[in-house]
Formats: sequence, C-alpha cells, structure tokens
Amino acid sequence: MGGESGGRPWVEMRGIHKWFGGVHALKGVDFHVHRGEVVGLIGDNGAGKSTLIKILSGVFPPDKGEILVEGRRVRFRSPKDAKEHGIETVYQELALVDNLDVPANIFLGREPALVGGRGLFALLHKGRMLREARTLLERLKVNIGDLTSLAGELSGGQRQTVAIARALYTEPKLLIMDEPTAALAVQETRKVLDLVRKLKERDIGVVFISHTLQEVFAVADRIVILRKGEKVGDLPAAELAIDEAVKLMVGGEGT
Amino acid sequence: MDPKTWLRRINRNRVLFPLGALALLVIVASSLSPHFLTPMNIKNVLSQVSIIAILAAGEACVILTGGIDLSVGAVLAISGSVTAVLMKWAGVTIPLAVLGGLGVGALAGALNGLMVAWVRIPSFIATLAMMAVARGGTLVLTNGRPVSGFLRSFRAIAGYAGPLPLLFLITFGVYVLWQLALSHTRFGRYVYAVGGNETGTRFVGVNVRRVKLLVFILAGLCAAIGGIMLDARLNAAYPTAGEGYELDAIAAAVLGGVSLSGGVGSLVGTFFGALVMTVLGNILNLLKVGAFYQYIAKGLILAIAAISLSRGIKFAK
Repeated sequence: MGGESGGRPWVEMRGIHKWFGGVHALKGVDFHVHRGEVVGLIGDNGAGKSTLIKILSGVFPPDKGEILVEGRRVRFRSPKDAKEHGIETVYQELALVDNLDVPANIFLGREPALVGGRGLFALLHKGRMLREARTLLERLKVNIGDLTSLAGELSGGQRQTVAIARALYTEPKLLIMDEPTAALAVQETRKVLDLVRKLKERDIGVVFISHTLQEVFAVADRIVILRKGEKVGDLPAAELAIDEAVKLMVGGEGT
Repeated sequence: MDPKTWLRRINRNRVLFPLGALALLVIVASSLSPHFLTPMNIKNVLSQVSIIAILAAGEACVILTGGIDLSVGAVLAISGSVTAVLMKWAGVTIPLAVLGGLGVGALAGALNGLMVAWVRIPSFIATLAMMAVARGGTLVLTNGRPVSGFLRSFRAIAGYAGPLPLLFLITFGVYVLWQLALSHTRFGRYVYAVGGNETGTRFVGVNVRRVKLLVFILAGLCAAIGGIMLDARLNAAYPTAGEGYELDAIAAAVLGGVSLSGGVGSLVGTFFGALVMTVLGNILNLLKVGAFYQYIAKGLILAIAAISLSRGIKFAK
C-alpha cells in the first residue's frame, strides 16, 4: 500500500447525484481520496458537503453515480457497510455517551466479552477494554488522564479525541471528520489538528470538513470546493490561497 | 486506586444519600420507639420491603433507560390475581399457576415495550394505558372480589428460612442478579447508554429497541413476582392490590439516586431507597401516626430527596 498519491485513489466517487424531493442537492460530483491524504472539503451552507459525506459513510445511497474502493465498485446500504470497507465517521455532536467512562465509549456496541460471545448478556471484559483504550490513546499520543472519567467530565477537546479514538479502533483506511472542531477552544482545536497530521503519518486518508478555512488550509493536502451541488474547485492546498477559495465558494459575486 | 477516585466512584453511584438517610432514620426510630429494633419488627420490615423493592428493581431499570413505568402496581395486581384464580378456580398446580402469573407480567411488560420502542408512544402514556387495562382486567377476572385461602405450600413462600423471611431472600437474590447484569453485561451497559444518549447509542449500531423491550419485560416480570409474593403474604389476591405502589417504586428509585432523566443510578441505591420508604412507614406506624399523615410524610421525604440529589449532581460536575 503506502502513500501512492500519484496512482489509483483508495476511494473514488464518480458522477454522484442526489435529489431531495425537488431539490437537486448533488449534480454529478466526482470525489476521491488517496491513503495518507488529507482532503479538506469546503463550501457554503447547502453546497452539498454533508450530503456527499453521508453518501460516502453509508447513511444514504446516491441516486446516480458509483463508489469505488480500491478500484472495486461497492454499494453501502448502511453506515455498517461503509465501516466494513474501512470508512469511519466522527460526527460533531452525537458522538459520546456522557454517563459512560472512556473505555465504555470507545467500545460501545462492540464490547469484548469474557464469556457469552456476542450475546446481549455476555460478561464484559472490562480489563481488556481499559488496557486497549489506554494503548489506543497512547498510540495517538493524547493524554486523557484518568480513563475512568465519565465522558461528561472531559473537556471538549478530550471528548473529540475519544470520539476519534473510537473511530480509529477498527483501523479504518479513511476517516471522515464532520466539523470536528466546531465546539472547541483554540488550544483544543490545535490538538485535534495535530491528531489529523498523525493519522496521515499512519497512512489513513482523512476527509476534513470545517467552516474555518484557516484550519482546513492548515491540515489539508488538497482542497475540494463545492457550490450548489457542484464541484467548483479541486486543487492542492499549496496552490490555493484562502481568498481564492472563498471566491470559488460563493461564486462570482465574492469580493 | 487513590482515595479521590474511589470517593468519586461512590459518589457517581449515588448510594451515599439513601444510605445516610437510612442510617438517620434508624437512629431516630430506635430512640423514639423501643419496639423498632426488636427482632419481630425487623422481620416485619424485611418482609414489607421485599415487595416494594422488587417493584422498584424493575422500575429503576426502566428509569435508567430514560423511561418510566406507571403500570407496575396494576401489573402486580393482575399477575397476583391470575396466579390466585389459576390455583383456586382452575385447580392448576402451584408451579404452573406461578408460571402463569409470571407470564402475564412478562406479557404486559412486552406490550409496554412494544408500544414504547416500536410504536414510539412516550412511556408515560403507554404505561398509563397499561395501568388502566391491567387494573380493569383484574376486576373483570375476579369479579371485583378477593380470591383467598391458598394451600399451605403456597403460603410457605411468605415463610422463613431460619431467621430471614423467604420473601426477603427472593428479593435479595433478584437484586444481586440484576445488579450483576447491570454492571457486568453488555445489556447493562446498553441500559445506561440508552439513558445517557439514545441517538448516539443507536448510531454505533446498538439495537436500542431490543434493550427497551427487555427492560419493560423485566419490569413486568418483577411486578409479577411482587404480585405472587403479596398473594402468599396476605393469603389472598385483592383486586385493589398494589394501588399506588408505582409511586412507592418510583420514589424508592429516586431516593436511591436513580435520575429520572436516565443513565444515572444503581440498584444498590434503589434497594436502600426502598428501605428508607419502608422504614419510614414502619416508624410512623410504631408512633401511631395515622395513615393519612403517612402519605404526606412520604411525599415530603421524596421532595427533599429530589431537591438534595439535583443539587448533588451540580456539585459533582
């Protein structure tokens, strides 16, 4: 594998269309991500960013167009299908259960069992959850402190880190981050951006969505711009200035 | 584990409040009445607490998922009546009659669960409907009259094992199993997760409906166990049995630190909450306070508990 950014993309969306009633939300969008590549996805409200992302993460299917993973056509019927193909998503709000501790959150829905296998009354392997949660967070070089803290007792940045760690547990090939810094203070935002760079080092592709263009430009290798359901820009971040990006986002009438 | 973490954990389970309240009540009670700490009275309290506590166990579980079950008192009545009618009028053997009562309780709970998780009726309304239906069903089944006079072997359920009432041992056993399930199984974890963040829990792929359905079935089963216990204790099934018990069960859970918004609390706390309610009634009886005033006293205690617990949450954060 490796960072074959010149070769075939790891995931590819071709000619994606989506209608919501009479609204043509996506009008034949092409989108691709290589392994180890951070793609910043930007666009005004209603440009189609979250629709595109939801199609890629399996929340709903495209009305037209196809998705290829490693060159093979795939069809996602649910987020579970996307996960099985190695695509994980971190949502801004829904993420954590505040009254459960850190390991419980990371393993929610896939708890390892001492006995009982996958049954509902299987005995939880709490020791293993704590150990693996610790290893996982250490590997990401983040410090949560006491892992038995409840998610509700953590800071916004720590919560986001736990949410990302949870998504990374299955070792995905692609991580979609939808507004991961929306609720964070400056210091905490920086930590999340650092984390994105570490993912890149581990050869994980990242789709990074944010309203703060400075953040996107700080981490992205490539920027994809959507406007009114169409792709209006797809450039290496180094070749694009922020004010140019703004112009593309809002169309001709921008300053 | 350092003492601070340890203290925070205890506080998290919120058992300190009901434990403190219980200790205070016991001290006050034993100084006010010489009869309180007699073996006879303690046995009496243990028998009384068993039925409220078993209802509260099911209720607490439903509340932990963020729901409420108003039907436990009525389900207790219909399960108790079904068992009684099967034994007295249909001549069914005791084990089968007991199974019949438990089945009716589980069925009522399952219907509650289906209404809440699949039809998406708020649990308050769904279980209010079940409360009316089950109470009416009990009256229809028994013609509104008590069914009494059971076999000695059935009444033995309310007997003693050594110094301890059997009823208490049954309840205690249910609590141990139940608390283990809550803190050590996937099911228990999902109960707390659903109460804390239902949408988020569904998002990671947990079958939230199944968890809710199970919780209501277990609450129905607990109510049925309570109904059968009450039959044995009174040697009769009254169609009005369990009236107002849903309030005692909810009060026990809330006193025990179970948060009505879901996700917080434990069965250990609920058990102490049930003890607080029972001991309070017991003291008031010993002091010959009239039943009318007892309602007021229980209501006041519940209000005080709710106030101090909600403050407690703020401090803990």
